[in-house]
Amino acid sequence: MTDLVVPAPPPPAAVERADFEIVPLKGLPIVAAAFVALIVAIAANKLWPLEFLHVVAGAGWTVIDLFLGLVIGPILGSLSIPARVELTKRLMPKMVLIMPTLVTITLAAGWQLGHLLGTVDSSYVHHGWIVASYIVVGVMAVIALGLLEPANVAVLFELKKPRPNPAVIEHLMKRFIYTAGVTGLMQIATLVIMTKVASG
Amino acid sequence: MSERRLPPVTQIGMTSLALIVAGGIYLSAHLPQHVPLAPAVILLVLSAALLVGNLVALLRVEGFARAPFFLVARWALLAYAITAGLIEYAFLRNGLSGGPLVVLTLSLVVYAVHVPMLIGFTVARYA
Repeated sequence: MTDLVVPAPPPPAAVERADFEIVPLKGLPIVAAAFVALIVAIAANKLWPLEFLHVVAGAGWTVIDLFLGLVIGPILGSLSIPARVELTKRLMPKMVLIMPTLVTITLAAGWQLGHLLGTVDSSYVHHGWIVASYIVVGVMAVIALGLLEPANVAVLFELKKPRPNPAVIEHLMKRFIYTAGVTGLMQIATLVIMTKVASG
Repeated sequence: MSERRLPPVTQIGMTSLALIVAGGIYLSAHLPQHVPLAPAVILLVLSAALLVGNLVALLRVEGFARAPFFLVARWALLAYAITAGLIEYAFLRNGLSGGPLVVLTLSLVVYAVHVPMLIGFTVARYA
């Protein structure tokens, strides 16, 4: 009979302070340009620019939510804490800029587009579907604004501390992953509604 | 992870946001027809009351990290005021006016204040 050498469990992984920008300043001019394009499109009130901004930003919002919630989220959940930190400090600052920009452009351009096409009028033939889209977006907005975005920003502040607390990072990342998963699933409803409305 | 006893700021904040979203959906679903404003006004008043109550309850907590809270909330307020302004611009551009415009504008104000507060709170509670 041989003696088995069982290695002692490793100590909790220490998290090193990460050097990164919570809000990537280089991205701000891009956000500003996107918002200027939105203002111009709404002022012009022409079909193509409004449709372009609504479809591009809406598709970006939907795809990112689905990808984060259903692909990246489960992967992130299975990684070690140092690996999560590495991914988080590269991914999350970009999300701080990208998601609010996409959501704002989708909603503002979409509202103007709906006004132009008459699809937001209560007399529109698919009005029930449009109201359903309001409800889906509303639920997603409450989850994203109340849980997801605060967790996103808070985990970045935790990582900037001289001694980040792995438990806090774990807690906030779980919250981020679960809420991203829920909004990702709700985006499927958005796809169903929008393709139905576009198909007439 | 140490947890201080804190008021349920996130839960109250989400309830407040849900109320203004419900009011916005109610109004949007009836446009451009005349719509009774009372349900939307009630939802807005309840939402604003929750916002004020949330802020007061939070600032009364002893030992709460006010400095990081205000630092984060201030910058988030700037960002969310810009996004609220863009949505407001879309409302104005397509001729929304009168009572529905007032209710939706005030709903955007609640949104632009409550979301930064939630972000600041989530950062400050672990500070």
